[in-house]
Amino acid sequence: MKNIGDPLPRVDGPAKVTGAARYAYEWQVPGMAYAVLVTSNTARGRVLEVDASAATREPGVLAVLTPQNAMRLPGPTQGEPPDRVVQALQDDRVYFSNQPVAVAVADTFERAVHAALMVRIRSEPARHTVRLEDELANAVPHDLIAGGRSIPADEARGDVARGLREADARVEQTYETPPETHNPMEPHATVAVWEAPDRLTVYDSTQWVFAVQRKLARAFAMPKENVHVIAKFVGGAFGSKGSPWSHVLLTAMAAKQVGRPVKLALMRPHMFGMVGGRPHTRQKLALGARKDGRLTALSHQSASATSRFDVFVEGCALQARHLYACPNIESKHRIVRLDIGTPTFMRAPGEASGSFALESALDELAVALDLDPLELRLKNHAEKDPIEDRPFSSKSLRACYAEGARRFGWEKRSARPRAQTREGMLVGMGMATAAYPGNFAPAQALARMNADGTALVQSGMLEVGNGAYTVMRQVAADALGLPVEKVRFDLGDSTMPEAPITAGSISTASVGSAVLLVCRALRQRLEQMGASGAASYAEVVQRAGGAPIEERSKAAPGEERKRYTMLGHGAQFAEVLVDPELGMVRVARLVGAFACGRVLNARLARSQLMGGMVWGIGMALHEHSVYDEKLGRIISRDLADYHVASNADVQSIEPILVEEEDTVVDPAGVKGMGEIGTCGAAAAIANAVFNATGRRIRSLPITPDNLL
Amino acid sequence: MTSVTVTVNGASKTHQVEPRLLLVHYLRETLSLTGTHVGCDTGQCGACTVLLDGAAVKSCSLFAVQADGRSVTTIEGLAKDGKMHAMQDAFWQEHGLQCGFCTPGMILSACEILERNPRASEAEIRTGLEGNLCRCTGYHNIVKAVQAAAQKAR
Repeated sequence: MKNIGDPLPRVDGPAKVTGAARYAYEWQVPGMAYAVLVTSNTARGRVLEVDASAATREPGVLAVLTPQNAMRLPGPTQGEPPDRVVQALQDDRVYFSNQPVAVAVADTFERAVHAALMVRIRSEPARHTVRLEDELANAVPHDLIAGGRSIPADEARGDVARGLREADARVEQTYETPPETHNPMEPHATVAVWEAPDRLTVYDSTQWVFAVQRKLARAFAMPKENVHVIAKFVGGAFGSKGSPWSHVLLTAMAAKQVGRPVKLALMRPHMFGMVGGRPHTRQKLALGARKDGRLTALSHQSASATSRFDVFVEGCALQARHLYACPNIESKHRIVRLDIGTPTFMRAPGEASGSFALESALDELAVALDLDPLELRLKNHAEKDPIEDRPFSSKSLRACYAEGARRFGWEKRSARPRAQTREGMLVGMGMATAAYPGNFAPAQALARMNADGTALVQSGMLEVGNGAYTVMRQVAADALGLPVEKVRFDLGDSTMPEAPITAGSISTASVGSAVLLVCRALRQRLEQMGASGAASYAEVVQRAGGAPIEERSKAAPGEERKRYTMLGHGAQFAEVLVDPELGMVRVARLVGAFACGRVLNARLARSQLMGGMVWGIGMALHEHSVYDEKLGRIISRDLADYHVASNADVQSIEPILVEEEDTVVDPAGVKGMGEIGTCGAAAAIANAVFNATGRRIRSLPITPDNLL
Repeated sequence: MTSVTVTVNGASKTHQVEPRLLLVHYLRETLSLTGTHVGCDTGQCGACTVLLDGAAVKSCSLFAVQADGRSVTTIEGLAKDGKMHAMQDAFWQEHGLQCGFCTPGMILSACEILERNPRASEAEIRTGLEGNLCRCTGYHNIVKAVQAAAQKAR
């Protein structure tokens, strides 16, 4: 029996197409009250007074929490990074615009909204800055957290200055990516129910029930077992739900203060600032190469914005450490403190923004050398990790280049810009390399064989669109030798075995490995008890008294992570059509070939990759959290002003799965695919725009005004 | 409070509601039909799409009282006799969904597109679904699903 690799339709499909899937806000508890946030309109300063007198006189209004009357939390609101610093009305400081400064609670949602509108905030503003350029001089190095581990801000090998001197061609340019906002379709939502004064149940829209549990337990000074967090379906997240933000604590506080269960959903405008975003980056690239295309120097220096009160580092220059063979490499990360909400991991954090700069610079180098951009990359293909000087656990990048180029028809590209037109449009073709780490973090799972021969497998990961319910069932069924119908996989509950954050392409590899190990262990135990094949499981359990037989296991990375560099790779190819008079860009085709270890379910894998590639279109052409510098606030704070790719923006998207076997990366042999589709996609599009127009756009998004 | 009578998924419902109650909250909170989702509060994302007398509307941009005397179909009302609507089945089989949050609105918008034009082209489907955002983002398979449902209906 083999289920892994089968394109099994999603087991959660029927629930999702009939409206039965229940997201956080939809859990209903008797006596529910409704909370709505009031946020600051200054970017820095102090709240002098929150006047809620009129609001609290309105019918049905239960309370308005303010910095003055909100309960004092008995414990700290922050844990170890990457847990975020949040604002839970514990003091009067304002750190960024749109920070929560009050919470209106009423017996209906309408009354809570009305009350929130009636709250008057008097504040003392201080001078703020939200412009990266204004603070660049104060940029400081900072280590990063990526894939669950700490990584040094700077790494280098050889002598970049010498490498540049020895080069026949050089590219030294600055690239910029704008602040972006995740905007999952489901706004963040929390339902808090105090079962007893020291026992809390929370339904939350989160990527990590255990982080929510720890944060609430810490803040309310309770044992973590007293906090039960449930999240059966999450309506998209992309990193923005990886950390429990202010509203989670505020909802629990409100429920405690009004003595009723409380539900709160952020309104879309609230999602711009207080729940993270991709930070603004400024990246300096310096490349040098010999005439034949071989790199002599590669320098990637990134400065990214963070808040005044917390740190997030966008790992833009990480891939420069592992991607190309070059004797002289340097990679540096700086942070710039601004009066903004703390940015956070956003789909392909670091790699998406960084690959735009690096892969655009390589395209410029190809032009300078008069080489084909694909050939330039092949000439610098790294057979081993250039900085760590160690092998890759697996690497099928050459196959990705070849397969992608063939399907795309790369040989039809003209090297000369503005050489091709179609129906009055300029046609351009561009490409870029994609890479994303094969992350693996400790994960636990349990497997239980029931007396009827069905199995239950659990791990506290999340279903955020990734297909967790489906692939984990496939992995379990395979390891147990059962048909998928006889296996149930359950997730999204803090009483289950602990799983890592469902983010960073960690989850399928890590939990998949834990599920594989625990199901193998259960099978072995059943065989020891006399089972011979799956058909006899029921009989064995019944013979032993009928109580379910249970195993628990943990999968964790080991020493192999020090001996190998582990990356998924890909090659992105874009064809754009540019209106020569209006400067409008359309992405006619995106072809991406990816090699990410074992594919558990081709249908799900392809859809993850397509999603990532469409994010590349958004990044290249649309997305921008626009700040009003004077007010210090994001003004594109709804989905009319913050543009994401819509159906009409998408034409042909073709992901290709390149076979790859990796026996080292993790027991499941999987490198996650949630992010890699976005890596390199914006660069491939920007490079295609250059090929179409002869205009090199080094600052995203590429809007028509850039091309006129 | 005002009295409204709405036929929801074929059944007549009468409630006393506040005039400011939005249709989406009437469906979700009063009737517990939570398959209609709230994504943006401002009519841009389409997660709250329902059919009002057969026309796809964004229920976050209508008051419940505006539906008085009219007929509403939500995602919960699309299946008949325990059997999924062809569009629901197509979204499942063609994998036109990921996180599922945009799915109910997407399906109802797609139903209306085919209702108006059973032979809608790929471009017409894409343009027709422009008001329904999917952030995951599964547009490619969503279009395939609508095409598959259209094929089946023919």
